[in-house]
Amino acid sequence: MTRDALETPAPRAAADPDLPRESRAGAVVDRADPLHEDLLEVNIGPSHPAMHGTFRIKAWLDGETIVHAVPEIGYLHRCFEKMGETHPYVQVIPYTDRLNYLSPFLNNVGYCLTIEKLLGIEIPVRAQLVRVILGELSRIMDHLVCIGTNLVDLGALTNFWYMFQGREEIYTVTERVSGARMMVSYARPGGLMRDTYPGFEDDVRALVRSLPRYVDDVDRLITGNRIFIDRTRGVSAITAADAIDWGWTGPCLRAAGVPYDIRKAAPYHGYETFDFEVPVGRDGDVYDRYLVRMEEMRQSLRIVAQATERLEPGPVLVDDPRVAYPAKTDVYNTIEGMVNHFKLTFEGLKPPAGEVYGYTEGANGELGFYVVSDGTGRPYRLHCRGPCFAIYQNIGKLLEGRLISDIVAIIGSLNIVAGELER
Amino acid sequence: MTAGVGVASRAGPGGTDARGAGRRDLAGVLRERFGDAVLGDDEFRGDLTVTVARKRVHDVLETLRRDPALDFAFLVDVTVVDWLLVGRLPRFEVVHHLYSFPHHRRIRIKTPVPEDDRWVPTATDLWKGADWLEREAWDMFGVVFDGHPNLRRILCHEDFEGHPLRKDFPADKRFFLPRPAALNEQAPAWVLERTAGRHEGPFAR
Repeated sequence: MTRDALETPAPRAAADPDLPRESRAGAVVDRADPLHEDLLEVNIGPSHPAMHGTFRIKAWLDGETIVHAVPEIGYLHRCFEKMGETHPYVQVIPYTDRLNYLSPFLNNVGYCLTIEKLLGIEIPVRAQLVRVILGELSRIMDHLVCIGTNLVDLGALTNFWYMFQGREEIYTVTERVSGARMMVSYARPGGLMRDTYPGFEDDVRALVRSLPRYVDDVDRLITGNRIFIDRTRGVSAITAADAIDWGWTGPCLRAAGVPYDIRKAAPYHGYETFDFEVPVGRDGDVYDRYLVRMEEMRQSLRIVAQATERLEPGPVLVDDPRVAYPAKTDVYNTIEGMVNHFKLTFEGLKPPAGEVYGYTEGANGELGFYVVSDGTGRPYRLHCRGPCFAIYQNIGKLLEGRLISDIVAIIGSLNIVAGELER
Repeated sequence: MTAGVGVASRAGPGGTDARGAGRRDLAGVLRERFGDAVLGDDEFRGDLTVTVARKRVHDVLETLRRDPALDFAFLVDVTVVDWLLVGRLPRFEVVHHLYSFPHHRRIRIKTPVPEDDRWVPTATDLWKGADWLEREAWDMFGVVFDGHPNLRRILCHEDFEGHPLRKDFPADKRFFLPRPAALNEQAPAWVLERTAGRHEGPFAR
């Protein structure tokens, strides 16, 4: 990591009086001082440009220091689970797009992988590789937006444009693949909605060449930037034990020094065959989360490059009439094809009765789906474990003792996505 | 896989490989320590499920959390299943998913909860992260997590009536809930006492 290469040592704790931010935050105030008698009550949100969605935080301030903060969530609750339980399995996929809407394809994959686990099927190699490629590109998109918007909130607008340019380039590919830029709904239980287009590999190779430029530009502008370091280092630091206790996963947990990545711990879609590293941080502060995400983007590009080289023509959907629609020529020309098409349309996919918990490495951490099947065409119980939900729950503790201006830095670095938080 | 678990192998059918044997062992360990309180165990698609009686579920979770040989430091998820439409009794089942980092093991603990006596002990004293997970489960199903320090609705509004993920709650039911939630109730008394210059209007609460 680049952290140790920095010229200035990390300002730690509140010991050094020359470090105003550290010493002010968490400083002991003299209650007898009339300036500290009364607390000021401030509502942040529910609709605020720096809140990355609709959340409300009520903060009680002593001067500029937050002494207590209470979050309120639920403004974007869309009954994902209730809707999932009243729809056929395949029709849940568009709802999953809207969980973490910064990386919709990863949600598609997480859900479809769970249904495939329930069915007990393996998907074709080409479908796995395309899922890996688009999944890692989605992860990059997610990190680009997270870092870009976090930097905007801290006043560094330029980086936002660099990051979003990279995201646009990825969108161009997802649009050509799936027909949609954002809400792709491209994965299906058993594989993919359809095959990629001719020239997909070339477009992905072009992305692998062009994307590092945006990451490197921001790296040069920000990583050693004194203002950025002052605003982020030591801010909302969390220990590894605490992060685990609170149920943190993903980049925020890795920033605290825990090398837990489901792509390594329980590989799926052949992740064990790719050569990539899992970056970890040291202090679990805003700065480390930034560094971890920057490095993860580079590692994701390595995976994308390797997966692209392995792509070979082949089926992208399992050949199983219980799961996947037959080819149109079969539907029109054979009785079996017609019957299978009919049954799958009217009755839907019918997994065996049972329950599974499927988990993948989403852009924010462990994205889990708990599915209970009663053998019918609809999930009896569908529960989504959104990584944001666990991460956001100790926001009150993270904010205590910080300055009010740190709120946007902290929330941005946790990458709270309301769609996933509130489902 | 099972380093430190000093119990003879109880590998069941199919539990021949190291991973499978480790998983079956886990159910065996719990059976040995908790006897009749373990109502059953099951493995489906590689997921180990152990069903535990409510009176011992906190002890089971505590053992899984604190025993260094088990070390389930990560509470992945807490949720509930409502068996109303299947007709299974008792009606509710509280489901805990746990993960152990050093052993790379997962386990699902299920606790049956009858409809007329809906509570389970809280796990907030074992994992801080149980806080919101249990609040969500309470909000959606109305199962009380006994001992939870702040058991109030989280995704639904505080004025919401009913528990929406229950199977007898209509999916198209609508509420008009215009007030923002009262967050002052979640602030300690000393904070409120020191607060001057209160807001006016709906967000003052």
